[in-house]
Amino acid sequence: MTVTAAASGTTLARTGPSLRTRRRREAGLAYLLILPALAVFAAFTFYPFFRNFKLMLYQTPPVPGLPAHYVGLHQIGPTLTSTQFTQSLVTTILFVILVVPASLILGLALAVAAHRKLKGIAVYRMIFSSTVVSSVAVASVVFGTLLNPVVGLLPWLGINPSPPALENTTWALLAVAAITIWQFLGLSFIIMSAGLQSVPDELLEAAQIDGAGAWTRFWRMTVPLLSPTIFFAVIVSTIYAFQSFGAIDILIGYQNAAQLHVNVLIYNIVNTLQVENNPGAAAILATVLFLITLGLTLLQMRFLERRVHYAN
Amino acid sequence: MTQVSFEGVTKRFGDTTAVDGLNLVVPDGELLVLLGSSGCGKTTALRMVAGLEEATEGTISIGDRVVNDVDPKDRDVAMVFQSYALYPHLSVARNIEFPLRQRGIPKDERAIRVRAAATTLGLDTMLDRKPSQLSGGQRQRVALARAIVREPQVFLMDEPLSNLDAALRVQTRADIVALQDRLSTTTLYVTHDQVEAMTMGDRIAVMSHGTLQQVAAPEDLYAFPANTFVAGFLGSPGMNLLPGRITPGGSGEETTVEVSGGSLPLPPALRAAVGAGTRDVVVGLRPESLYLDAQGPLACEVTIVELLGAETHVICRTEDGSRVVVRQAGNATKPAPNDKVRIAVVADPAAVHLFDAASTQRLDPQ
Repeated sequence: MTVTAAASGTTLARTGPSLRTRRRREAGLAYLLILPALAVFAAFTFYPFFRNFKLMLYQTPPVPGLPAHYVGLHQIGPTLTSTQFTQSLVTTILFVILVVPASLILGLALAVAAHRKLKGIAVYRMIFSSTVVSSVAVASVVFGTLLNPVVGLLPWLGINPSPPALENTTWALLAVAAITIWQFLGLSFIIMSAGLQSVPDELLEAAQIDGAGAWTRFWRMTVPLLSPTIFFAVIVSTIYAFQSFGAIDILIGYQNAAQLHVNVLIYNIVNTLQVENNPGAAAILATVLFLITLGLTLLQMRFLERRVHYAN
Repeated sequence: MTQVSFEGVTKRFGDTTAVDGLNLVVPDGELLVLLGSSGCGKTTALRMVAGLEEATEGTISIGDRVVNDVDPKDRDVAMVFQSYALYPHLSVARNIEFPLRQRGIPKDERAIRVRAAATTLGLDTMLDRKPSQLSGGQRQRVALARAIVREPQVFLMDEPLSNLDAALRVQTRADIVALQDRLSTTTLYVTHDQVEAMTMGDRIAVMSHGTLQQVAAPEDLYAFPANTFVAGFLGSPGMNLLPGRITPGGSGEETTVEVSGGSLPLPPALRAAVGAGTRDVVVGLRPESLYLDAQGPLACEVTIVELLGAETHVICRTEDGSRVVVRQAGNATKPAPNDKVRIAVVADPAAVHLFDAASTQRLDPQ
């Protein structure tokens, strides 16, 4: 018996392994427990991540069957200055500009509309957030039908672009952006709703008594207090927009992507790898996308850090 | 003249009645405390004056104007919230300035008034700080400054001291009373703290379960509680309330009240009030009106002795199981738990309070 009975009133004495040894044992157990997760991450995230940097250094000849050869950093310059890349980057930026503000403003508008104590409002909340659980394939098929030149919504509205929307250089990017906005709307709504919950009712009531009308309360109280949430949503939706792939692949396809100006960066990466069989160039493009995403994430962390003192 | 009046005001939330037929007038310049435990409807009543809740029935007036359908911003009231509700993204100066800015007051005048309010509340040196950089007491003062800067017709205060520590609460209590005295602005002050109510209110309105129990000046409320609820709620500890029965004596005999195995003579003033017959009553005895005396009429056993320094609370149980608290001076001889003692009532005609057993209302006129 190493532990004396506490009930007897004597001090709790303990012999056995020292604190340091016990700590070391606990740490060992902790590492053992995270090992399975670590193995999965290593195989599917860390290994491909570092492998990507290696791929950047090799060039694969256009003729199938020949081995890739080491070129060092030499293919980075040509890849990043190619028209394909610059056009793709411009398209991506345009796409992000189309998607991000619209999905956030709509998400905020829906969140404000649903942030009321009304009977049955939960049904609306469920409807507004439902796009989160709909797959991109289903959404694309639905939108594809809506945009169909014969049976779709556009001809019913009397809008008949020629060539049809999904084959039209002006309409194609707008159509793909619309699907992406619709898809992100659910998440945008959920993020904004959560942000609104954290704005204390008493602040808005105080502002109301202090003489602020509904519009002033929204712009002078709700929006500033929601700014960390809005900023978070901007970053998340930007990353989401940068990685949009499914809708373009399903509705437009590789053959028309470049010609219709919808060849966004991620789509370009996949096609450079799979269709053009050029892993080296694809790896370079993937690294550019990674750096953009990393930059946005760091920006968000810095911004949010500055905002934590908001809590009263 | 800015009096605030409630006429038959009722507020229901679904099936729950938060405020039930409230009739109350707060005269111009008075500090009226709405006192009650949580859920008694006092905050709802306050919020109805602010316009944050709509009255289900009845009319609320500020001055001569019925305000039931007036927007909160047009009621000319200022409110201090329990959480202070400071705007976290604005500096202290901008917080205080906000109501002036919303009313389109010119910049120069705003600056003068903000500075004056800040000086009044000792906030001069912290005008550029954000609320998160202030202590609880400082935030509370910013909330007060924001309320007074507008010179509203009515102040509404919803438990403004409950987030402060005990010492600061005592200080701020006095500050608010002094400020209200100076400004003479009609004030409704909500609290659940009876000490706050007793020390601050010109009058106190005690509420329970949505209904007004009694409105009176603090000393009257304490001396003549209108019913057993008010009697038990006010005072620390509250009044001892014991079931009793009045038995009228024969000619030449005293009328007495049988209580917990003992018999107390009734003071002459009460005899007329209780009538001739036998009746069941509730006898109210303040702890400070009782003392331990070997010849006392009430026999009981000491259960707990609480030492508070200046005074001692002796908590006893009578033969019929009722709990009685006796307040002794701190230097008096203290009994020990389980001691058998006898309790006597001081020879003051106002020491015995009688309430009707059924209606719980006070029997003697005040």
